[in-house]
Amino acid sequence: MGRTRIPLPALAVSSVVLVTTALAFVFFVAPNDQSLGFSQRIFYFHVSIAFAAYACFICGAWQALRHLWKRDPRADLASYVCVHQGLIFGTMVLITGSIWAKVAWGRWWIWSEDELVLFLVLYLFYCAYFMLRFSVDPGPQRANLSAVYALFGVVLIPVSFSAIRLARAYFHPQVFTLHGPNFGGWILVTYCMAQAAMLVLAYTLYRLEIGGKRLDVRLRRLREALA
Amino acid sequence: MTYVRDVGALARKDLLLELRARDTLPAMLLFVAAIFVVFHFALPGTPSKLETTGFLWVAILFTALLGLGRAFVPEREQRTMDGLVLAPCDRSAIWLAKSLATLAFLAAAEVVALPLYALFFHGLGGAAVAAVILADLGICAVGTFLGAMAVVTRARDLLLPLLFLPLAMPIVVGAVGATVVDSPGRYLGFLALYDLLFAVVCWASFEYVVAE
Repeated sequence: MGRTRIPLPALAVSSVVLVTTALAFVFFVAPNDQSLGFSQRIFYFHVSIAFAAYACFICGAWQALRHLWKRDPRADLASYVCVHQGLIFGTMVLITGSIWAKVAWGRWWIWSEDELVLFLVLYLFYCAYFMLRFSVDPGPQRANLSAVYALFGVVLIPVSFSAIRLARAYFHPQVFTLHGPNFGGWILVTYCMAQAAMLVLAYTLYRLEIGGKRLDVRLRRLREALA
Repeated sequence: MTYVRDVGALARKDLLLELRARDTLPAMLLFVAAIFVVFHFALPGTPSKLETTGFLWVAILFTALLGLGRAFVPEREQRTMDGLVLAPCDRSAIWLAKSLATLAFLAAAEVVALPLYALFFHGLGGAAVAAVILADLGICAVGTFLGAMAVVTRARDLLLPLLFLPLAMPIVVGAVGATVVDSPGRYLGFLALYDLLFAVVCWASFEYVVAE
């Protein structure tokens, strides 16, 4: 409450600037990949969006923990908004991953890409989070159930990841390696730029959504006071 | 020590209830037999051992879901959940007792289902039985927890599979892996780790599911 926060307009401007710069870097500065060519550039966004989505889910779980621990009513809303943003970014991960699979392997879906499969599982998990949340009346119980389920999510991320790696052994004996690009120079700069852009964008969207949600809550309270 | 006694009393109540009403177990048995028949017709030709193993795990998972969906229904129908929450025992004892009762039903269903599977399709080895035991622990621990969550929602039974299946994916990986590969140690270890991890999480957070 007492903390000073970066004003939303400043955040919005910086995310516009960062995303534009990242796009410019991805298209004009980063070198072409030797084997995958131009299409490999989608990876800068695919990976950075995935990390932004993880950050959202982890942040959501952290807020959930705060809610359970400190009974902070604002934390429940924050946790929900984090998960919501994570789901939006997760959708983008699936879409970019699918496009990339089509270009690289000629198919829209590829089960041998661990990251993509993990996101599908997480996506289903967090969709169920929304089903759960909207199936309980607003109140402490809804906050508790959502918080506990969001916490399950962060446990599920590493568990699912290792499960998918384990499943490889009996599904795909051959391991697809992504022709390890030497991660340096302009590739690294471009990647960091895209990652920063996505994180700032996620934070901006989070602030925008939570601002709106808090306004809703205040409006409802005022209406109730007037009624 | 009182904790163990509480868990024992609560689990005994569920088992006694089942013994008298016979709601869950016959349904699970019938379901698993019916699903094997459906599988036979869903698998054209002579399915390999690999394929039917996958189906076995689908059958186990869905049969478990049937039992898990029922776990908290008597408490809701007879409005005894408030009484349980108010009882002078640790709330996690409710979860543990329910998990044990569901585990008993699932194990009973599998005692019939596994020989039936062996009869209809292919025989099962020792590793598969170990995988079944370890997977059952995880399924019941997580599933009962989610069942308690689902039962307080408006969607009720509809919600449990949605909540449960993404979380059950690692169980399926561990179980199928342990059943089909030659050295199942890694997969069994993974299943045990999953059980332990989620049991601790469920045990620690059940309080928040039932109390406001």
